[in-house]
Amino acid sequence: MYNEEHSWTIEAKASLFDLKLNEIWAYRDLLWLLVRRDFVSFYKQTILGPLWFFIQPLFTTIIFTFIFGNLAGISTDGLPKPLFYLAGITAWNYFADCLTKTSTVFRDNAGIFGKVYFPRLIMPLSIVVSNLVRFGVQMILFLIMMGYYYFTGANFNISWAICLFPVVVILMALLGLGTGMIISAMTTKYRDLAFLVGFGVQLLMYATTVIYPLSEALKKYPAYAWIIEYNPMTPIIETFRYGFLGEGSFSWSSLGYASGITTALLLFGIVIFNKVERNFVDTV
Amino acid sequence: MSKNIAIKVENLSKAYQLGQIGTGTISRDLERWYARIRGKEDPFLRIGESNNQNTKSESDVVWSLKDINFEIEQGDAVGIIGRNGAGKSTLLKILSKVTAPTTGKISGKGRIASLLEVGTGFHPELSGRENIFLNGAILGMRKKEIQRKLEEIVDFAGIERYLDTPVKRYSSGMYVRLAFAVAAHLESEILIVDEVLAVGDAEFQKKCLGKMGEVSKGEGRTVLFVSHNMNAVNTLTNISFYLKNGIIEFNGKTDEAVKHYLSNTKPSKTYLSVPNQKISITRVEVLTSETNSVHNQGQPLTIEIDVNMPYYAEGMGVSFQIYNEEETPIVYCYRFDVDKPLLRHTGINKLKCIIPNCRLYMGRYYLHVHLAETKGRTYIEGIDKICEFEVQIIEKSIEWGWQPDVCKYLEDFYWE
Repeated sequence: MYNEEHSWTIEAKASLFDLKLNEIWAYRDLLWLLVRRDFVSFYKQTILGPLWFFIQPLFTTIIFTFIFGNLAGISTDGLPKPLFYLAGITAWNYFADCLTKTSTVFRDNAGIFGKVYFPRLIMPLSIVVSNLVRFGVQMILFLIMMGYYYFTGANFNISWAICLFPVVVILMALLGLGTGMIISAMTTKYRDLAFLVGFGVQLLMYATTVIYPLSEALKKYPAYAWIIEYNPMTPIIETFRYGFLGEGSFSWSSLGYASGITTALLLFGIVIFNKVERNFVDTV
Repeated sequence: MSKNIAIKVENLSKAYQLGQIGTGTISRDLERWYARIRGKEDPFLRIGESNNQNTKSESDVVWSLKDINFEIEQGDAVGIIGRNGAGKSTLLKILSKVTAPTTGKISGKGRIASLLEVGTGFHPELSGRENIFLNGAILGMRKKEIQRKLEEIVDFAGIERYLDTPVKRYSSGMYVRLAFAVAAHLESEILIVDEVLAVGDAEFQKKCLGKMGEVSKGEGRTVLFVSHNMNAVNTLTNISFYLKNGIIEFNGKTDEAVKHYLSNTKPSKTYLSVPNQKISITRVEVLTSETNSVHNQGQPLTIEIDVNMPYYAEGMGVSFQIYNEEETPIVYCYRFDVDKPLLRHTGINKLKCIIPNCRLYMGRYYLHVHLAETKGRTYIEGIDKICEFEVQIIEKSIEWGWQPDVCKYLEDFYWE
């Protein structure tokens, strides 16, 4: 019954780079059960159930079409306006949800974390995966709208870059996860950051090419467009649009840049998360 | 490590920071970091102070556990006893990896299941069945394992009929039964239990105790059990640690440890603190009618409170509450400057409160003392849990003999 596999040690100082991935693997069932819990508890006791996943992006698209498209007259690279916005919103929402939910993971789960040990990384991972389910449902809405515009003969075409879709999704997930974990680790001590996240994410959306194409920003504000270009979410959303709608500024170098930033933030996030996780119960 | 040692703890310490955490900690963190790069010690840690909660110490870091060493053999049932705040829960939290120690090392063999609280992670909207799986997974079980034990768990909790009902519709008793059942069926080599038995009805508590006894004696698993219920500790464990102020005071046979605990739990009769530049309570003492902090029921009880006034102030108020063992306030006595001038001298002011006919029923009591400035509504100082004393009924006797918990206080009465 007792073998070396089961022996363990607890020490005051742990290696920063001990990511305990084997432990996470051992708790994989918990990951799926948490995802299921999030999904099921979301629509229990609602009439429309999972339909609620559609409503938010649909209405945001309508409002954006009206305000930014018609009222402000911002160009959409010649694409049908609702399609252009929905593509941006769907992708942005996934990133933003991962980020905001992950950033409060310690506070939201202080009760459980204070009583039971399991690899803490399971929680942010479950957030990313359950948001993936939501993202999947919203992608269906996007595909339906693509189908509608295709049959009414709108001017867009799917490009080869659609093959990069899995890469784009993974990048969004990991970028949200990494940034969220950094913030969550820091909010256990400095609560101020929690306030920043709420409107910070909102502001960040305007620095990302959600409601305008990158080409337009480069044309109108050549001096400041670097802010938008250096935002790692910009190449991700541009690639997403280029793949599905055939318009957008895609380049391998910018996608490579986004991947690099994502990897760096993710690694930093995991390390700082693991460091805080050991003692956060005492300070939260 | 020898083959049959389940847990080995070496030089384990845990420090907690008192007071506000958050504001100002960025600067403090920078100071710490600066000390570290110069190779100096952490300026905010002060080693060598014991965790005595009755006195204020200079540093705002408190050692909840200090230099703990012990070994537990496989198959032992170990009790951990001590007063509130002795470090019991901290020890369990570290053992179950919820929080990390400040110094020291623990090594062990076998999977640990800790029951610091039952029902952790239950989601009210999910059904009983779904929650069994979720809770089991949180405690570290694989899905297959839970599947195999499902029938046994449901049977132990006695909730077959409600298995597919959301747990928010459960009665609190059912909820607790289900939660305990999941945890008790976890396959682990080491089981850590913290007073979960304080919940549920008497019958279920017996069932839980029975299950735990079965686990340690029958299945040869190692059990660590924290409780204030000396009866339960005595029946369930063979060896015990008696923790006092973060230090292991006694380590050995349970019955001896319990004796130590009972004889040691009389706290100091007097509260004392050094006067400083602030208004503060410097002494509190309960004068009981008998020696050894024992008070004869019905006799006058005197409470003396000294307050240091470094400067002149008006509008002060002093009050205290007498709490019983269940932490219920029973008596409230107060005095305010508005009614009659109070604490108007600079220096030490001596106050004396006399309860002429102390009607408290037999049992243990302690004081919470409050000092406030009533005009500005500022609470200056509160001292909790001091001056424990015991009331006994010495002179009056009744046919049946005095039973515990008959009432909270004995009223004067006569029959016509």
